[in-house]
Amino acid sequence: MASLLEVKGLKAFYGQTQSLYDVGFDIPTGGITTLLGANGAGKTTTLRAICNMVRTDGTIRFDGKDIRGMATEEIVRQRIAHVPEGRGTFTTLTVDENLRIAAYTRKDKQGVKDELERVFAYFPRLKERIQQQAGTLSGGEQQMLAIARALMLKPRLMLLDEPSFGLAPLIVLEIFRILRRINEEEKVSILLVEQNAALALDLATHAYVLETGKVVMSGPSDVVKNDENVRKSYLGY
Amino acid sequence: MEQFLQQVASGLANGAIYACVALALVMIYVSTDHINFAQGEMAMFSTYISWQLMNWGMSFWVAFVLTVLISFAMGVLIERLILRPLHNAPVLSIIVVFIGLLAIFNSMAGAFWSYLIKEFPSPFPKSSFGIAGVIGPHQLGVVVVTLIVLGLLFVFFRYTPLGLAMRAAAQNPQMARLVGVRVDWMLALGWGLAASVGAVAGIMVAHIVYLEPNMMGGILLYAFASALVGGISNPAGAVAGGFIVGILENMVAYAGNQIEKATGVYIIGNGEKLTVALIIVIFVLTVKPAGLFGRVVVKRV
Repeated sequence: MASLLEVKGLKAFYGQTQSLYDVGFDIPTGGITTLLGANGAGKTTTLRAICNMVRTDGTIRFDGKDIRGMATEEIVRQRIAHVPEGRGTFTTLTVDENLRIAAYTRKDKQGVKDELERVFAYFPRLKERIQQQAGTLSGGEQQMLAIARALMLKPRLMLLDEPSFGLAPLIVLEIFRILRRINEEEKVSILLVEQNAALALDLATHAYVLETGKVVMSGPSDVVKNDENVRKSYLGY
Repeated sequence: MEQFLQQVASGLANGAIYACVALALVMIYVSTDHINFAQGEMAMFSTYISWQLMNWGMSFWVAFVLTVLISFAMGVLIERLILRPLHNAPVLSIIVVFIGLLAIFNSMAGAFWSYLIKEFPSPFPKSSFGIAGVIGPHQLGVVVVTLIVLGLLFVFFRYTPLGLAMRAAAQNPQMARLVGVRVDWMLALGWGLAASVGAVAGIMVAHIVYLEPNMMGGILLYAFASALVGGISNPAGAVAGGFIVGILENMVAYAGNQIEKATGVYIIGNGEKLTVALIIVIFVLTVKPAGLFGRVVVKRV
């Protein structure tokens, strides 16, 4: 399978502090890949590095094109959608505006309308709250809104930073079900960062394990799942 | 009674001017967290440009529209050329730059057009306009024009995709980037719009205060007060604050006059308008620190 995103020798820095040392991975077109690791291993930084939100060095190729060093908004316009940690809700805007903002460069009004309907098919709950201020939504709804907004970008690749964070288990299951559907029906490739390793490994086809800014293990999820170290460290049995 | 209505009406006219400048201040504040101290001088400079255009033979409204466009470009350029490099500079550096801009525009206007006070025309016909005895043609014109401008801005921010992008960029710049908004340009556009709104205020007020390089000094103070009273983070609040301060200052002077008439004791008059307005501002901010319509910012810790 051709890889959609190719990362090689990626380093990242916050000021003088280096937090990624040598991260490399391939994301196959159409697949779901997960990045696992403890707190501070560099998972979030890796996602931020892809979108040039931290200082980086190395190679990042998207669809064969070198995107490292491009401005964040231009990378996004290559149709990479980043659902950030903490969901990035525009709290003072309405749900409707939160979604439309992702389509603001598009000229075809009908297209945007259709897109909204398609997104609401995945998240009917958002449609009920369409005129509500987004800051008043529950945590789960805000996470749905963040994913829905990412979908409005018609992404080829979706980067998800801990979509389960702070949510009730039932909501998490619902969101993960929707993610699988999005992957299958919209042909969106996904790179998922998760603390909940068991869930992530169930959803993903490939997994990479990060430790202190380096990839220490990788492979198909089934293989990684059964690795003894992974089981002990991340799955807890 | 008639005098009372007159005072309210002229308060509305002043308030409309304050509202415009306050809105210009707020537009830059919400996206950058800085108060542009040079906003008034930029408006003054724009007013001179329109005076110059009229001097070259253009009609009032042609000069008006052209000046608004030129001011827009001026605002964008200032943001791109002067403030962009200071993107990560500490607040104090930026304040120094604002004060520097203030001095530069002031002395440039003086150098180009001299410090002599100039008369500035009113575009509103004396005969047909206004309500006799209550509001003069120019005052009514000012209110109408500023309300149109404010209305247009409201529609722009509320209903257009670009307006939405600007609001998003102001509210959460990092997330705005992540949905493909070119945040840097949104800031520049905000500067352009603020300069344009300021220009409208300057052109409208120049007939009343006359054209000179220091014409906006007091107005900027009132506008700042208006923005604070209404809530510095809330554009609609700033506009309301403008009208409140405008009417309030006239009411104060009016009440003072009435008291003097009735008792012969002079307590307060036109000279104390600004003082009283500022006292009211301080009072409002003590009781409601976020302003009347401001959002109270609560940080989770």
